[in-house]
Amino acid sequence: MLDKTQIAKRIAREVKDGMYINLGIGIPTLVANYIPKNINVVLQSENGLLGIGPFPLEAEVDADLINAGKQTITMMPGSSLFSSAESFGMIRSGKVDLTILGAMEVSEEGDIANWKVPGKMVKGMGGAMDLVASAKNIIVAMQHCSKEGASKLLTCCTLPITGLRCVKRIVSDLAVLDIIPGRGFQLLERAPGVTVEQIKNATEGKLFIQGEIPEMVL
Amino acid sequence: MVNKVVKNADEAVKDIPHRATLMLGGFGLCGIPENCISAILKSGMTGLTCISNNAGVDDFGIGLMLKTRQVKKMISSYVGENAEFERQLLSGELEVELIPQGTLAERIRAGGAGIPAFFTPAGVGTEVAKGKETREFNGKIYLMEHWLRADFSLVKAWKGDTAGNLIYRGTARNFNPMMAEAGTITIAEVEELVPIGTLDPNSIHTPGIYVHRIFQGVNYEKRIEQRTISNLKI
Repeated sequence: MLDKTQIAKRIAREVKDGMYINLGIGIPTLVANYIPKNINVVLQSENGLLGIGPFPLEAEVDADLINAGKQTITMMPGSSLFSSAESFGMIRSGKVDLTILGAMEVSEEGDIANWKVPGKMVKGMGGAMDLVASAKNIIVAMQHCSKEGASKLLTCCTLPITGLRCVKRIVSDLAVLDIIPGRGFQLLERAPGVTVEQIKNATEGKLFIQGEIPEMVL
Repeated sequence: MVNKVVKNADEAVKDIPHRATLMLGGFGLCGIPENCISAILKSGMTGLTCISNNAGVDDFGIGLMLKTRQVKKMISSYVGENAEFERQLLSGELEVELIPQGTLAERIRAGGAGIPAFFTPAGVGTEVAKGKETREFNGKIYLMEHWLRADFSLVKAWKGDTAGNLIYRGTARNFNPMMAEAGTITIAEVEELVPIGTLDPNSIHTPGIYVHRIFQGVNYEKRIEQRTISNLKI
């Protein structure tokens, strides 16, 4: 099984040179740490920046420079700043090549639920609904099962939906899977030491397995 | 030329009535109108509807206006960074309308641009879509969303001139430019107020036509929510 860092490392391998990428809060943010040096990408922050840089040194901290998680950041050379309307304009019009976000549940149709748990304090969807409704390519970082062992890869989401038929790929602690409309979750890779049988048992939705399933390379 | 310059925040907000609808710029605590918020706390107007991406924290930003029970309703995309907010929400003292962040930004932009409604894919198939008109364009379903406008917009900029032209700094721009455009009365507080002709017209983010009152703020705290430091020299 992969830990959070390993999930981030595996997702970093999906990143291609020249991409504009939006990283969600949590594991997706960690992905930035594992993008190879020879691959240049531009990270978008939906509060109005293209070109997120590393966290600042103590002396560089600037209250006017934060990411969508409200953390202090720096800007890469070649950055640009803009309003929230402009930011979501570029998201809505499909200019952002890759969106990486977390999920509580994903359905075999690619529906995603990640903003609200009934009975718990509702904090809001932030930019998640806008991102999933318009992104060309969405990779989800998630745990395959809940702490109680219940599958989070489902036939239908049980939690309130964030967006319909939008997830393309999932990297979980157990596997890499694609969503093939009409076919369900297609198993592509197993986490080191995890068997196909374990993945079958952990996946409630339709699982499509073709041929030998390789172990993932991290 | 009409004089837009007011002495301070107290003078700028003094005619905001009870039950007014306000827009307040900022993302988290970044780029919030600190001086205007302090003045509203002092002035005591109540029953306010506040349109702002977030609702501050317990002891800063809009969180302070919640504590004094001046806010009746919040229209935001992400809230609940503070305990008082949660308490008032659960007890029913506070109404909250949650809107996807891009839809919120565009509804405000539309308000300032004179566009009463538009279609967006955000929220299709979710509880956000309840009761809203949908329409198909090029095979994709979109939701109709309406403009948002405010009686008073309170924005914060880095620099401004006496004509009301504004320049923002860093990610403190966020919702401020659209809100400046969507207010019946727009009040701008700036870190530095300069004479007309000082700012380069090529660099203006908000043209002065949108700004009705402007003043140089004082004692900016610019509080940081998540101070994250890198140990590595890159």
